[in-house]
Amino acid sequence: MFTSFYSRGLMSEMDRLQREVQRAFEATSPSIRGLSRGFPAVNVGTTPTSVEIYAFAPGIDASKVEVELDRRVLTIAGERPAATANGDDQRTTKHIAERFAGRFRRVVTLPDDIDPDGISANYRDGVLQITVKRRESAQPRRITVQ
Amino acid sequence: MNVEGFDMNTNQTYTQGKTNGQSRVPDNVSDSARADGRDDDATMLPQVDVIEDPSGITVVADLAGVSKESLDVRVEADTLLIEGDITIPMPGDMTASHAEVEVTRYRRQFTLSKELDREKVDAAMNQGVLRIRIPKASDAQPRRIAVDVH
Repeated sequence: MFTSFYSRGLMSEMDRLQREVQRAFEATSPSIRGLSRGFPAVNVGTTPTSVEIYAFAPGIDASKVEVELDRRVLTIAGERPAATANGDDQRTTKHIAERFAGRFRRVVTLPDDIDPDGISANYRDGVLQITVKRRESAQPRRITVQ
Repeated sequence: MNVEGFDMNTNQTYTQGKTNGQSRVPDNVSDSARADGRDDDATMLPQVDVIEDPSGITVVADLAGVSKESLDVRVEADTLLIEGDITIPMPGDMTASHAEVEVTRYRRQFTLSKELDREKVDAAMNQGVLRIRIPKASDAQPRRIAVDVH
């Protein structure tokens, strides 16, 4: 089920290498939105009928997250509070602080053939999944040969 | 764009060697390459906060995509082990076009110090955030030491 994102076989390693090389080249003339990654980490996949976006954003208030689609640009924005300790702050020590806290915003450009009205989102186990339908005309059709 | 958060590909992803008896790789196959070319030992480090207060330590770990059922938190001797698999459902006919999370397993371990009470470790999982509370043993609770001024 996960093979599309997570296959780590030889071929995917080759793909990865190729991407790395591509990335190195792009660095001299990067995309206008940059190559930056941030919080939340995002995976994007496509099926014949939809584009699936997975934002790995654990511990956010799903009712307050803003998902916006403007033309083909999808924006995910929200806020995640810092972790708090038990008891008063004056007597606590943060030994490790790696988790993201504060406001976040990520922008994903979607393919041309999406249907802006066919968008849905749900949040489960800390992953925000956004499904955007693709237009029917863009879906592959089988042509009958007479 | 805030970039101080995740960057799993460059420095958070690493390949773990064989783990104690948990490896599913048969003995006659080397660690890094199985016959089918998949590497099942690949894990990533969950990002954590570790906060200490006078009565104990709180560990908060980001495990997005891990359900309560696929999470494993264990204390063995003086080691705290956090392990979890990403179990979010995905359409079978999907092809990936961009992936920042490429591994389905989180794994991280910590060594506990002696004053912590291993018997009373508490863990709670909520929307991909794991919160572990490890209290200090009662004989290790803080005493205020009076400073004599002469």
